Amino acid sequence: MPYIPTTERDRTAMLQAIGVTDVAALFADVPASVRISGLNLPPGRSEVEVYEYLNQMSHRNTHDLIGFLGGGYYDHFIPACVDALASRSEFYTAYTPYQPEASQGTLQAIFEYQTAICRITDMEVANASLYDGGTALYEAAMMAIRLTGRRKILLDSGVNPIYRNILYSYTRNLSVDFVEIPAIHGQSDRERITAALDDKTAAIILQNPNFFGAVDDFADVIEAAHQQGCLSVMSVYPVSLGLLKTPGQMGADIVTGEGQSLGLPLSFGGPYLGFMATRMAHVRKMPGRLAGATRDANGRRGFVLTLQAREQHIRREKAMSNICSNEALCALRALIYLSWLGKGGFKDLAHICAQKAEYAKTRLSAIPGVEVKKSAPTFNEFTIELPCDASDVVSRMIDRGFAAGFPLGRYYKGMENYLLVAVTEKRTREQIGLFAEALEGVL
Amino acid sequence: MSLLIYEKSAPGRRAANLPRLTPVEAAVKVRIPAKYFREKEAELPELSELDVVRHFTRLSLKNFSIDANMYPLGSCTMKYNPKICERVASLEGFSSLHPLLPQLRGGGMLTQGALEVLHETERWLGEIVGMDAFTLQPMAGSHGELTGMMLVAAYHHDRGNRKTKVIIPDSAHGTNPSSAAIAGYSVVTIPTNAEGGVDLAKYEAAMDGEVAAVMLTCPNTLGLFERDILKIAELAHQRDALLYYDGANLNALLGQCRPGDLGFDVVHVNLHKTFATPHGGGGPGAGPVGVKARLIPYLPTSIVVKREDGSYALEYDRPKSIGYISSFYGNFAIILRAYAYMLLLGREGMRRVSENAVLNANYIQARLKARYALAVDRACMHECVFSASRQVEHGVHALDVAKALLERGLHAPTIYFPMVVKEALMIEPTETESKEQMDELIDAMLEIAEAAERDPAKFQALPQNTTVGRLDEVKAARDMCFKA
Repeated sequence: MPYIPTTERDRTAMLQAIGVTDVAALFADVPASVRISGLNLPPGRSEVEVYEYLNQMSHRNTHDLIGFLGGGYYDHFIPACVDALASRSEFYTAYTPYQPEASQGTLQAIFEYQTAICRITDMEVANASLYDGGTALYEAAMMAIRLTGRRKILLDSGVNPIYRNILYSYTRNLSVDFVEIPAIHGQSDRERITAALDDKTAAIILQNPNFFGAVDDFADVIEAAHQQGCLSVMSVYPVSLGLLKTPGQMGADIVTGEGQSLGLPLSFGGPYLGFMATRMAHVRKMPGRLAGATRDANGRRGFVLTLQAREQHIRREKAMSNICSNEALCALRALIYLSWLGKGGFKDLAHICAQKAEYAKTRLSAIPGVEVKKSAPTFNEFTIELPCDASDVVSRMIDRGFAAGFPLGRYYKGMENYLLVAVTEKRTREQIGLFAEALEGVL
Repeated sequence: MSLLIYEKSAPGRRAANLPRLTPVEAAVKVRIPAKYFREKEAELPELSELDVVRHFTRLSLKNFSIDANMYPLGSCTMKYNPKICERVASLEGFSSLHPLLPQLRGGGMLTQGALEVLHETERWLGEIVGMDAFTLQPMAGSHGELTGMMLVAAYHHDRGNRKTKVIIPDSAHGTNPSSAAIAGYSVVTIPTNAEGGVDLAKYEAAMDGEVAAVMLTCPNTLGLFERDILKIAELAHQRDALLYYDGANLNALLGQCRPGDLGFDVVHVNLHKTFATPHGGGGPGAGPVGVKARLIPYLPTSIVVKREDGSYALEYDRPKSIGYISSFYGNFAIILRAYAYMLLLGREGMRRVSENAVLNANYIQARLKARYALAVDRACMHECVFSASRQVEHGVHALDVAKALLERGLHAPTIYFPMVVKEALMIEPTETESKEQMDELIDAMLEIAEAAERDPAKFQALPQNTTVGRLDEVKAARDMCFKA
């Protein structure tokens, strides 16, 4: 029997030690009325059969579309060393590091990951990871509510609509008031945000770059929020921080984001990585695990999970969050990726993405009927206006071998003709050119 | 002492080998005003690729792992993770698939393989636990619990029930009360009786019209099958309270009986426990949730449906749904591994898992009970729970026993849980450990019991054979040093 080492001889010896004649005796507590003789499932398959079956199934997914689809999830190249190192089974088959002396590899990696997140965001403390960018934003909103004792949250409509859906779903049974502030021309409406801020507001939630691709400096909005004793939560695209003003510099109080772009495959939606960072003053209200440095009896540096009094296994129903297993291996991938990029590579990658996106804009804006929105600066993703329904165009572009982008009409009424286009370092000049030609061809 | 990666940085060194811009691309002016730029570069390390590779290779060697060590961790089901499951998860046709593709017109047809994996996994899990439908969105066990409690809330809300409480035994995982509270419920705790089960009289007294749900683990965290389960279910259903199954301990029941047949209405399953996906040093996991038919309308958006022509599609228009639990379809690559594992096991394999998991736990229980105090002396299921109370008489605590095992190169059991047992040592061998490996653990624990009587003072200094000695946790909490 695969994966079960017990031989007949072992079984006999073990049953004897236990003092029963058969294994069935060990299930005596299960009521006879509910016992089953077997599940209605097919017999087990050999390893090669499983591989062939799933390999064939994988071929029923596309894998040769040229991708300009982003929407918060990006097709960046994953350096070989990320896969090689993260697939060391000493990492991926390890348990949660509750016994620190047996888990220094994982714990030191988490500590280094926390450091990397702080350094790219200019924040003071980061946790060990959350599930994904969307749930991280929900955790940040709840954290702001705990910190302020207020229940109203302002939500910029430039925040990823999937994240906003998550916020609404999770808080349905809790008394949280969301006030959504619509963006104008793809940018945050500062006047309406400022007018809506009051002493009942727990936090303003912003995203940079926003879902339309617009880059902003929210320092003034955050300043206005602070004047009302209100916190600022900012969701960021980590790759953009190689160039863009950091949330820490803008004065943000809680920073979250989707870490998929840091060396994680797209994998049809997961596993991904939610990251979260904040100020030290707020650390005790932060959800999730935290690795901290300490010493052993001989003065050697080591790492442990700490401040566990915030967590569910100690506080039960009074915990900061119910999170337990998180995304440690994904955090490790992000750390390896950022370490491989290094100080110079992190900046260069952002520069390459921005430059290629700008080049794509020049190519696309030359197509008759296509207008590249220029109301705000952008990073590697931007909005174009088409002369017809963007969903139709995307569908026709699939036939030509391109994932052309994300049609904004799916989430924004009145934006049916708008398409969100993303460009990463993987897109060559030739591919961008072919994309422009194909788009012109289908219009 | 091992240096942090930041302490190894040498200015000017570089691993990154990025594509170069062509002259035409480089010539275009990026129109981001200077005020939007970060002030100074992020202080990431400057290293060669070999530096990076060596750093993480050496770090990896400071870990225990299933591939090198047995983890007898109760409630964690640390079984072997078959390598073939890793290989299928990295197939390009799955790993490069963008999750927004199905939201594009015509995009669903580009993801038929992935949608079939989701649909089939739901079907298999439904049969295994006796549920009518599944959502694969939850990304961990506790995430599944929260999803389950949100489903409970939606169900009662829809029926106009005013329910405010959730009943949870005191032996439950900490995530249970925490998840119930986040879903907006207050928690009523029921004590454990002398046989290790739910105190039925106290349960019956607490069961009133305000109870929305009862959260149970079966076998419970004492490793014991809940003998009164059918009565517990009946009492709950009489009051229109739903019965929630915490699937952390499902390994004991695979192919023997199904939570759905025991009366459970909502179930979460830990794919990273029962279905052999790796723990990753603390995730990613996956916590799919199954429900009986009457709860299907409330399942999260989206759900996978099979059309009449045999193709698969995602359904978003679900007016009674609790909404979005994860951004997409859950931890897909984890779900895929679990699906591969289920295909490998098949019908007969499932049953052998539970048989051998239970046999192994009882073997350890039988051999250790002469030297360690059993929490409840009856046949256990997939795990056994001892108390270090006899060792404590000599000043040796559960923590000391744990560290003495680390000293011998063996991972410790779960300690100080369940909280209803003082000085708990909770051992779950799983079905994938051999008798020889279990004997090594048993012999070490017997030796430790003896040493506890003979030389208890020595324990404080343990472990010494590990990469660091016993770490000062108080100092860590006081210093609050979370980054370099």
